[in-house]
Amino acid sequence: MFLTQTTLVLVGTVLLGITAGLVGTFAYLRRRALAGDVIAHAALPGLCLAFLITQSHSMSVLLAGALITGVAGAFLMSLLRRVSRLRQDAILGTVLSIAYGLGIALTRAIQNHYRNERGADLESFIIGRAATMLKGDVLQIGAATIGCGIVVLVIYKELKLLSFDESFCRVQGWPATRLDLLLMFLTAVTVIAGLPAVGVVLTAALLIIPAAAARFWTDRLSHMMAISAGMGGVSGAVGTLLSARLDQMPTGPLVVLTASSLFVVSWMLAPKRGWLWNRGVSREELATAAEEILAANPSGGPEVAS
Amino acid sequence: MNVVLLLAERIPVPFESGLTVIAEWLGQSRLNIENAAGTLLVGALCAATCALVGCFLLLRKMSLLGDALSHSVLAGIAGAFLLTGRIDPVPMFLGALAAGIVTALATQFIHRTGSVPEDSSIGIVFTSLFAFGVVVVSQAKGVHLDLDCVLFGDVTFAGMNFKPIMGWLLPESVRTLVPALIITIVFLVLCWKELRLTSFDPVHAATLGFSVPLIHYLMTIVVAMVTVSAMEVVGLLVVALLTVPACIARMLTDRLGRMLWIAVLSGVSCTTIGYFLALRWDSSVAGLAAVVAGSELATAILVAPKYGLLGRFRRSIQLKVRIAAEDVLAGLFRRMEQAGTVVSESTVDCRHRAGDGLAAHIAVRWLNRRGLLVTSDGMAQLSDTGRRYAQGLVRSHRLWDSWLNQNFDLPPDHLHDPAEAMEHFIGPVMQRQLEDDLHQPNADPHGREIPQAPE
Repeated sequence: MFLTQTTLVLVGTVLLGITAGLVGTFAYLRRRALAGDVIAHAALPGLCLAFLITQSHSMSVLLAGALITGVAGAFLMSLLRRVSRLRQDAILGTVLSIAYGLGIALTRAIQNHYRNERGADLESFIIGRAATMLKGDVLQIGAATIGCGIVVLVIYKELKLLSFDESFCRVQGWPATRLDLLLMFLTAVTVIAGLPAVGVVLTAALLIIPAAAARFWTDRLSHMMAISAGMGGVSGAVGTLLSARLDQMPTGPLVVLTASSLFVVSWMLAPKRGWLWNRGVSREELATAAEEILAANPSGGPEVAS
Repeated sequence: MNVVLLLAERIPVPFESGLTVIAEWLGQSRLNIENAAGTLLVGALCAATCALVGCFLLLRKMSLLGDALSHSVLAGIAGAFLLTGRIDPVPMFLGALAAGIVTALATQFIHRTGSVPEDSSIGIVFTSLFAFGVVVVSQAKGVHLDLDCVLFGDVTFAGMNFKPIMGWLLPESVRTLVPALIITIVFLVLCWKELRLTSFDPVHAATLGFSVPLIHYLMTIVVAMVTVSAMEVVGLLVVALLTVPACIARMLTDRLGRMLWIAVLSGVSCTTIGYFLALRWDSSVAGLAAVVAGSELATAILVAPKYGLLGRFRRSIQLKVRIAAEDVLAGLFRRMEQAGTVVSESTVDCRHRAGDGLAAHIAVRWLNRRGLLVTSDGMAQLSDTGRRYAQGLVRSHRLWDSWLNQNFDLPPDHLHDPAEAMEHFIGPVMQRQLEDDLHQPNADPHGREIPQAPE
């Protein structure tokens, strides 16, 4: 029984890691890394509203509500960018905090109103409860993986164009705005699928960290997607196995910490872009450059006014 | 200890008698009013402190730092617990502060050395630290480390948790909030010039010899301190108090000093209104404060005098009407010029000349009301003032025509459209400059006379 539960969680987190790695690649390249965070926070009021409207405890109903407000949050971001003079960072912070505040206010009101009933338990959505993942959760994540995977493969060329040169994409006549919204939608789907398992903050982490780590290893989009998805999957697997081995350790945070370690390794060791690599190269280059200057100016370099 | 408590009970709470009067007036128990006053005080202190630093975060494009700090603070609290093994406010506060500073430094370091975009590096650092914090908190068996309080905040509890402070019974959080507010204000006053300069023009500041990184790190430390002390009360929603009031103020003004005032006022109003809404709906004060802040921001975006949507809409309508009206005047003037006599035109034709539609309708009515057109029996003709106005327009048009012709290699049939657009924006001063530049021309490139400036 224990084994099956672990296997179930393992499948769920690995699939989630792969999806987030895949979608996160584009979010990272579009400089939208924190959009996932905002969407995840914007999903919270949706959970509560879905419960208030339908009075249903069914997870799929709640998640449908979350998806709607999550996408609404993404819309609100692009709307604010157009109508207000506020900059991107302020807009992200604003939408995120207002949505989160609304979520908390609604949850508290629900908890106080339906005292003895099981209200929508917000805390489990914020840090997730991967260890008690149900078959339905895994199926949802699987569906999200397949859906996002297919969409990304089908419009790979368009997304590539959008990620690297939005203006050119527009000039070529592609519907850049709609592609952008589609990308936001994919992000929202990933976030919502991961919400019950790893929670708000940690889904956002899975969208950012593997993609950022993958960027160190390659300059090719296809490779980056593969590496990012791979790292997401590996983080899911290692994190889950660690939490199964170490008693009482929550799965979601361990998955994220695994991803962070992979990021640190990539940041340090990756060829060409890695930190250690660059230290060596830049010193050599400095030395060469200095020698060249000296050779060109035997008198001791350009005169410096004292 | 007992002596202190005894003393505290003897020394009156500030506004003691005032509270009693209010309690009687509202028909509430004395305790309720005390709690309400405590909660409002704590909320206002939080909001004011956060709003002050929030303005500078906004101007320095660092708004997300607040979000990051509030999450990584959990790691600091957890780390302090790991080291000391106890729940003790002082080490935990120091741990949280350290975590805040680590977040800011690590974000910058990853951003610089790894060429990771700044928002991503913020995301990487704070989510990792948050994950670490959650792991440690989950290990704290048998000890009550309240994750709920960090996540959601509890303004009401903070406002009711009275402790004797300097002989007065005050909410315990005041002990950290008041020093935080004072330190913030002192920092702002002492470094006002430097902060202003480095926020608006860091390059200029650097060339003047100010240490931009030093100010940046001082700022970060102050923000970390403010975040940590406010989180005790409002939890993760400290982000709302840091970001939203500053955004509201930014929509309303362009002056830094005024921006700080507006931000503080709107922040305090958010927590205050939030508190009463929370009483009404039996919900979370911090959550509703964020919602109130959101609606205040929405209002500001809508009605702000200079940058608001309605204001911008009104100005664009006004411009549209003015251009339509001027098109009517200039058109009539040209016809008069050709015919050499007074010309009249039906109102319908006038409207058509102005491009039909609502703006044209309003424009023609406006021209009549201002006495620029004289209408009788549905036929309109230029009045004396109207003719002078139109003369100025046509003069602008033809001067611009000539100037374009002189300075740009454009074919003659390409001159009309830009001049048609520019004629609405050339005033007497610019007319004179153009005239001087063209050496007092008499005719435009199409050979038409440039009318003199109307007296």
